[in-house]
Amino acid sequence: MLRGYAGKFLDIDLTREKIKEIKFPEATLYQYFGGRGLATKVLWDRLGKKWPKVDPLGPENILTILTGPLSAIHPGSRICVSGKSPLSNGTVGATASSEFSMELKCAGYDGVFVTGKASNPVYLLITDDGCEIRDATHLWGKVGEETIKTLNAEVKNELGKRKPKVGLWKEPSMVYIGPAGENIVRNACVLTKLVHAAGYGGYGAVMGSKNLKAVVAKGRGPLPETAAPKTVKILLQEYHRRIISRDQMRRWGTGYAGYTVGAETSSEPVRNWQEEWHDEKSMAGVRYSTRFWVKPYWADFNCTRSCMKISCIKSGRWKGDITDMPDYELEAYCGTNLGIFNPEDNIHISALADNLGVSGINTANTMGFAAELYQRGILTKDDLGFELKWGDAEAFTKLVHLIVNRQKIGDILAEGTYRAALKISELKGVDVTPYAVHVKGIEIGAHGTRSDQDFTHDICYAASVQGGDHTSIVSDGYNDMGGAIFQDSAVVCMFCVDGDLIWDFARAVTGWKVTRDRWCSEQGPRIVTLQRVFLLLGGPDIFWNPDKDDDNPSRFYEPLPTGPYKGKTTDRNVVKEKRRKYYDAVGWDERGIPTKETLEKLALEEVDNVIRGLRRE
Amino acid sequence: MRNPIWIVRDYIRCTGCRRCEIACSLRHENRIWPETSRVRIFMPFPGLEVPHLCAQCDDYPCVKVCPVEALSVDSQTKAVIVDQEKCISCGNCISACPGKIPYLHPQTNKAIICDLCGGDTECVKVCKEAGYQALKLVEEDVGIQKKLHALEPDVIAKDLAVNLYGEKGEEVI
Repeated sequence: MLRGYAGKFLDIDLTREKIKEIKFPEATLYQYFGGRGLATKVLWDRLGKKWPKVDPLGPENILTILTGPLSAIHPGSRICVSGKSPLSNGTVGATASSEFSMELKCAGYDGVFVTGKASNPVYLLITDDGCEIRDATHLWGKVGEETIKTLNAEVKNELGKRKPKVGLWKEPSMVYIGPAGENIVRNACVLTKLVHAAGYGGYGAVMGSKNLKAVVAKGRGPLPETAAPKTVKILLQEYHRRIISRDQMRRWGTGYAGYTVGAETSSEPVRNWQEEWHDEKSMAGVRYSTRFWVKPYWADFNCTRSCMKISCIKSGRWKGDITDMPDYELEAYCGTNLGIFNPEDNIHISALADNLGVSGINTANTMGFAAELYQRGILTKDDLGFELKWGDAEAFTKLVHLIVNRQKIGDILAEGTYRAALKISELKGVDVTPYAVHVKGIEIGAHGTRSDQDFTHDICYAASVQGGDHTSIVSDGYNDMGGAIFQDSAVVCMFCVDGDLIWDFARAVTGWKVTRDRWCSEQGPRIVTLQRVFLLLGGPDIFWNPDKDDDNPSRFYEPLPTGPYKGKTTDRNVVKEKRRKYYDAVGWDERGIPTKETLEKLALEEVDNVIRGLRRE
Repeated sequence: MRNPIWIVRDYIRCTGCRRCEIACSLRHENRIWPETSRVRIFMPFPGLEVPHLCAQCDDYPCVKVCPVEALSVDSQTKAVIVDQEKCISCGNCISACPGKIPYLHPQTNKAIICDLCGGDTECVKVCKEAGYQALKLVEEDVGIQKKLHALEPDVIAKDLAVNLYGEKGEEVI
């Protein structure tokens, strides 16, 4: 019997309004776990052979919303969203924290696969009694705050009517999209709990393309049984004891980094990465906490890390804006990267991104790109309808609305930084791609490589199957597989994982002999190799060329112009050398194409037929 | 003989980690089963976490309305104790509670109410360990004001919203 799993998944075709319950063989779950891994497997099985022709924004694409066997049971409950990415044309396992995994599992499901396209806006309601497709016309156009407020009341009321005698129904948990997803902005994210986003990959746009506003779950059952409940209980206590004993992250979250990553490690995007250093002391956790944090310890189900902190602006022009912290990524991207150096404006732009449903990392990267084009005179007031100067929060407010509503230049910027760069280059007759800071269509997280002082180095993004995603980077080819690849497949929060405890935990929950060695040598490489194959196949609008595209953005080879690491840059020769070593370590050829032997070793023989043509004879 | 005990709830300090739900359900059901936890964390809007558990009203309206005397007051802790055998799942205790706090077990369909773990409150332990103290045990007679805590989560959350979010808080629920 499966342990850690509820045991069944929902397979929903929105075109035909068909809902099926499906199960996977134990061997499949053992190999791929859940989340990112299982998504990869299902996408390969169902779409692999026709991958280049599958439109990520068409009905054929599969949106996967998956838990893993450790979700909700392990501290830090997350949900993993995937599918064919409208940005990379490969796949990303994008995760977000909330109670959604817990509610889904308590309702008796491990995940949801959605295909097709509904004829009108809908949402899915999943309870212990099953899943139903419900009308969402009244929710279409609603921002995050309104969506949550309306659905919470509506679903509680409905469930209360169905089972009135049981007492008060607790709110459900949900994943949803904002107007950006509805308008198929490629960098729209899937949100949960107002401020938590599965941001990388553009899955909000995929949801929008299916006319799917939200997936709502409320379960009254227990979490799945575990293989060794007594051990799980002891490990949970030990986990929480360790988490609680480390105060830095609990006190500040990642919020202190808005200052330190700029001033100390010099790897923070400033004005579209023209610089990576600043010494602006107001961009630090201290000021945010003193002035704006209304809830200094905020967490999700089974998490005592509480790295989230709620910020609220209660006076001035941005009164009423609510966001989390912002965390480091959004301090950087919705702050310094736009030349914004004060907490109010930073919180405002973050809150706006959350509410409208765009990724605060990726769309803010695109906004920084646009602002640099304005600085260089390539984009003008005619394109925008207003001036776009660094640090002007009013102007960026207008810009994010243009993007979300796909108006004027916003319609092009809504395609994501890389696609926008291609279009603007054509439109203006100037090559603007050197200002696009992305890898294979995925805008880069707020950690640079030039100073070499951050956790991101040379090939971290260049060789990653998830491009610019800073939560799943590449370093040495072997050990990596036991990190993010495993965590995103077990679907737990990386900030709660503590050393090797997670492997003990995984064994105690599943009863399988889950080991780091096995994940590093077999399970992880299989998932990454399949993800690599998806990237290599690409399409239908863009196909990546490994010789050119397995690289850093050109900006990362410009010397840092300011700060303690002035003059430093990423070394092309190091990148070349390490990339070759990495490919070698995972069994890919010199251009990163998995070899026949590797595919055989990973029991992926059938993949060889599909990618044979990509190899150089 | 010890004094009666009571769990003080400090909504604003609740992080929503729901470890209390885990601890409570592990003790009472030997499973992680949030919906059977005798303390449930409601969240009508993100950030507005409301721990919802028995307030031990001094006049115990739930005990009074039970038609089969399934509910009684523990002489030591003053917690409401449900006799699972006697309970007929009528829901009268829920209707009588000013905060609609009791509810029916998802599996047994019997009323469940916080029993203060016989004095060894699991939820308080984990909340204290994490340093939040959103739930805190006091060993003193809190008197008739206990009943003022028996409110529906939405009522509490509406006030909490204004406390946290100012004017904006008026609109979020």
